[in-house]
Amino acid sequence: MPTSRVDVTSKAKEVIDKLRDAHGELIFHQSGGCCDGTAVMCFSKDEFMLGGRDLKIGNINGCDFYMAEDQFEYTKHSHITIDVEEGRGSGFSLETSLGFRFITISRLFTDEEMQNLEEIQI
Amino acid sequence: MAYDRPQFLEEYDNFIGGEFVAPTDGKYFEKFSPIDNKLMAKVAQSNKKDIDLAVAAGWDAFESWGKSSVASRSAVLNKIADVMEANLEALAVCESWDNGKAIRETINADLPLAIDHYRYFASVIRGESGSVSDLDANTVSMEIHEPLGVVGQIIPWNFPLLMAAWKVAPAIAAGNCVVLKPAEQTPISILVMMDLIKDVVPKGVINVVNGFGLEAGKPLATHPDIRKIGFTGETTTGRLIMQYASENIIPVTLELGGKSPNIFFESVCDKDDEFLDKAIEGLVLFAFNQGEVCTCPSRALIQESIYDKFMEKCLKRIEAIKMGDPMESDTMMGAQASKEQYEKILNYIDIGKQEGAELLIGGTKFENEAHPEGFYIKPTLFKGHNKMRIFQEEIFGPVLSVTTFKDEDEAMEIANDTIYGLGAGVWSRDVHQVQKFSRGVEAGRIWVNCYHAYPAHASFGGYKKSGIGRETHMMMLNNYRHTKNVLTSYDKNALGFF
Repeated sequence: MPTSRVDVTSKAKEVIDKLRDAHGELIFHQSGGCCDGTAVMCFSKDEFMLGGRDLKIGNINGCDFYMAEDQFEYTKHSHITIDVEEGRGSGFSLETSLGFRFITISRLFTDEEMQNLEEIQI
Repeated sequence: MAYDRPQFLEEYDNFIGGEFVAPTDGKYFEKFSPIDNKLMAKVAQSNKKDIDLAVAAGWDAFESWGKSSVASRSAVLNKIADVMEANLEALAVCESWDNGKAIRETINADLPLAIDHYRYFASVIRGESGSVSDLDANTVSMEIHEPLGVVGQIIPWNFPLLMAAWKVAPAIAAGNCVVLKPAEQTPISILVMMDLIKDVVPKGVINVVNGFGLEAGKPLATHPDIRKIGFTGETTTGRLIMQYASENIIPVTLELGGKSPNIFFESVCDKDDEFLDKAIEGLVLFAFNQGEVCTCPSRALIQESIYDKFMEKCLKRIEAIKMGDPMESDTMMGAQASKEQYEKILNYIDIGKQEGAELLIGGTKFENEAHPEGFYIKPTLFKGHNKMRIFQEEIFGPVLSVTTFKDEDEAMEIANDTIYGLGAGVWSRDVHQVQKFSRGVEAGRIWVNCYHAYPAHASFGGYKKSGIGRETHMMMLNNYRHTKNVLTSYDKNALGFF
């Protein structure tokens, strides 16, 4: 069984489920830069137009997780866990209206894990 | 001295058509201050209906504002500046409570810069003109500027009043009316300002609608009756804004992220003089505004030969940074703007440690006795290499990633090895070196022997994934108006084709 690149906490799963009930199918896109500095965004499936250089690096609780190719280049040796905090992000991520903000917690893959990672899809 | 907490209202409404208007559906969200994580006020949680009202109010006002004389518009901008100046301290205190930053910054940077920005556009709008060309003896071409109409602007939380000034001043100077959506983290100071200036700005010229991105920002960005959208924020939302703008084929300006290199060549240490002292401060400016600046000099590139000597002096200066109550006038660093921001920065510090970067100073939260519940982080330095995530991802906090280089080639390679291109600093006593790097580094703003200066009339904007468009310069006016060409023939004779 290959190691997943993205996982999700049970607390974040609950928020995802609530959002899915309200908005239908969802996706995640890891953003870069500025005021929300490298924050993760959660959108309804058809809200955000994915491009040819957005890589699907995993699936969390039924939601595909994407990152821009150039950004992934620098994060590919990191495992990501999506968690949730009370509070408010900016931008257009859906959970803001519930008073939550998804956050990205990272750790480095071990050498062993690096040998057996989930494949990336374009 | 300590500044008192002002008495905030219980609820803040939208500002539409020159008046405070309750949100149509009666919903409000709670706004907490990052200084103490306590409730400041409730703020309108608006939706499409409120945006519709604001856009309509903008068009009502545009009928006269769009045709008003340049002199009268200039006078309004000057009056805004005068009112802000007369209330500088009160606005600075609100701004600090809204955002968390130290009062000495809002008093000495945010407010004076914002005030000057209105004065700058009040001036240049009177001093510029269209153009006329004699294409031949009987044909005259006139290039005439006309305002776009009602424009949408979505601004960030790191400098709420200043970012509003950067966007509102050129737009209204050019004859447009504005619908502004502040960041939901910092919705209040701009409303305090609108209350102060409401008598000097014609009704409907500036409308402020608060709320969340998808609920209020999207209806604004996709509104069929706005003629332009400006946005400052992160890259995914930047893409989303461009996508929304494509629905109505309207222009977009974007100011996105950065991971700006601050490059120190060995000549800075040639003498122990004022310039060396200035360069040391130049490195420590990563802590300005708690690092929450798109152009934060978050990567320091130091020539190997001076690293030990230079870093020793820099660390001493960083140790002297005084943290504490942001409302005390000698506090140098305040709170991070939100809990989420605070958690994210701490996680990046953890990533830096995991990646094997050497922690030089800081690296933990700051226990603030004055406000134990607030979001404070110590200024932090890591030494590592440019492929590490803390060198590539914008942290938006007081975290500096330091690396060394051997020669100019290596410095240039590291400086440009980033997806961003917003700012860069070059520190050297060698004019040839300065020229090579100021032209060679791919960024919209190169600070030479200085950093974090933001004067009006020096353009600001990004290369690469840092955005589209230039602010803080009169060239921004052309992002807020059409060019109409009037082509006149004084020849009485027909062409002879038909």
